[in-house]
Amino acid sequence: MSGDAMIRITDLQFHYGEGDFALRIPELLVERGERVAVIGPSGSGKTTLLNLIAGIATPQRGRVVTNGVEVTALDDARRREFRIRHIGLVFQEFELLEHLSVLDNVLLPYRINPSLHLEPPVRQRAVTLAERVGVVDKLGRFAHRLSQGEKQRAAVCRALIAEPELLLADEPTGNLDPANKGRVLDILFEYAEDRGATLLTVTHDHDLLARFGRVIDFKEFYSSAEGSARQEAPAPGVTR
Amino acid sequence: MKEALYLAWRYLAYHRIKTAILVTSITLIVFLPVGLNVLVGQSAAELTARAEATPLLVGAKSSPLELVLNSLYFESDAPELTSYGQVIRVAESGLAEPIPLYVRFRVREHPIVGTTLEYFEFRKLRFAAGRAMAVLGECVVGARLAASLGIGPGDTVTSSPESVFDLAGVYPLRMRVVGVLEPSHTPDDLAVFVDLKTVWIIEGLGHGHQDLAAPEAAAGVLSREKNRITANASVVQYNEITDENIDSFHFHGDLAGHPITALIAVPHSEKSGVLLMGRYQGDDEPSQIVRPIGVMNDLLDTILTIQSYVVAAILIVAVATLATAALVFLLSLRLRRREIETMVKIGGSRLSVAAVLVSEVVVVLVLGVSLAGGLTLLTSRFGSAAIRTFILS
Repeated sequence: MSGDAMIRITDLQFHYGEGDFALRIPELLVERGERVAVIGPSGSGKTTLLNLIAGIATPQRGRVVTNGVEVTALDDARRREFRIRHIGLVFQEFELLEHLSVLDNVLLPYRINPSLHLEPPVRQRAVTLAERVGVVDKLGRFAHRLSQGEKQRAAVCRALIAEPELLLADEPTGNLDPANKGRVLDILFEYAEDRGATLLTVTHDHDLLARFGRVIDFKEFYSSAEGSARQEAPAPGVTR
Repeated sequence: MKEALYLAWRYLAYHRIKTAILVTSITLIVFLPVGLNVLVGQSAAELTARAEATPLLVGAKSSPLELVLNSLYFESDAPELTSYGQVIRVAESGLAEPIPLYVRFRVREHPIVGTTLEYFEFRKLRFAAGRAMAVLGECVVGARLAASLGIGPGDTVTSSPESVFDLAGVYPLRMRVVGVLEPSHTPDDLAVFVDLKTVWIIEGLGHGHQDLAAPEAAAGVLSREKNRITANASVVQYNEITDENIDSFHFHGDLAGHPITALIAVPHSEKSGVLLMGRYQGDDEPSQIVRPIGVMNDLLDTILTIQSYVVAAILIVAVATLATAALVFLLSLRLRRREIETMVKIGGSRLSVAAVLVSEVVVVLVLGVSLAGGLTLLTSRFGSAAIRTFILS
């Protein structure tokens, strides 16, 4: 592995306050520009992994370095600022705000953190993105008046608006029909290709795995917190 | 802050019905006590203005409030009647100028004010058309009454009987309108002014009828003894005073004993007023003299006490409403948890996310308070005129 890693996780231990879920990752490395799919059974911690990388959750032990920044060493405010500037997040349920138009949803990151400034070029970029994903004629519509595919494409525009170096997508095609699955992935891959960005996608859809450069099977990282059953996981399983 | 306000506004605009309900609630809970206060203050000022302009009132000993309300605002039933002798008494005292008032009868719902020409001068009433009444049966009408009935000089109005069953009592009298007053925004605007004697004719204390010496009345004559002629009920009594029959109108009995409801006493000086009041202090004195402003202040004190209870009740409702609004907001936060989580996940700063939520509350409060302020401003600007137009006149 090269030293130019986008994500470097070492000796990470994480568990929630309640329940028996526990996650141990001795080491995980994702290179800059890589397209990685994360698979594994439900509840194995795939979404938690994205949250840890993004600084939404913080581990009890270990280091998470994302885009050269040790996320685990940042305070909450700095983690949020880091996230909004460098990471684009795509969710399975789209998570568009119903009271905002598509354009306002796309521009939302620029309105909720003062580290980003909403200026005319950003608005223009929003329109360009909307054109690229095919929702430019829907910019004035509220989210509930969009189809599922359009919602996810609008959500992808929101993830890309700040031109992040890292895209974290949590089952982005989980609620989409086959045609829209392909289209959304195309958009994400095209962006990653154009910008040299890294794409880490959690998915249950094994039909899509062939499009990724690497697949991490996550079941190896999950263990029960009860007793001494917590096993030391090996290095991330890599499959092709 | 601008962005937070924008997002807050978008949320409120999207949920416009909920927002409208919240804003209306805030507007009402702010406006009701404040507006009520302004309105009561203005009403008090309007009420006391007429009372202040009326130095003393003399009437029969009964409710001073009834006397004042009847004499100043032509409201309430006629108070206990006093006699025209009180007018003579005040005039002869040399302490004040008496202006008699007899406010008992009505033209439909509008009061007939029997008085003298001095009343117009005293109230500084001016004529928009015509002139003051000069002879029996003539009347002057207030501006709003003239407008509402569409009458003017040359038209007639007819007094209404006190009761439809009062067959032996008051008969309707048709009166000629000879003048219309300019608007004064006082109860005078809705009154019919006649000479005192005209009211007495309405009451039946004076009347006009066929000349009993004329041959046409012969059938109704029962007996003739020197100058005394007795006739039966078939003799025609006039219910309108015309140039032809006016000479037949006459009064029976002593004028000093004829009734009035009150008299306005305009003392020649402060001292004269005090002296005049002193003359009505005896326990066996059948009449009373009151300072209308004192009576109205007592009434207003009562109203203000009631108002303070009303305001207290409104404030309790306001607290309950605010608590409900807070509950609505907190419940909406629960419903919006995913939305808030999304903003946090994509990197919304704690302050910015909080600012959006706080802005929503602030915008609702500002809108509500602004509307309440606007309504209060309108109330203070037009309340006075509305009170004068719809309540006092």
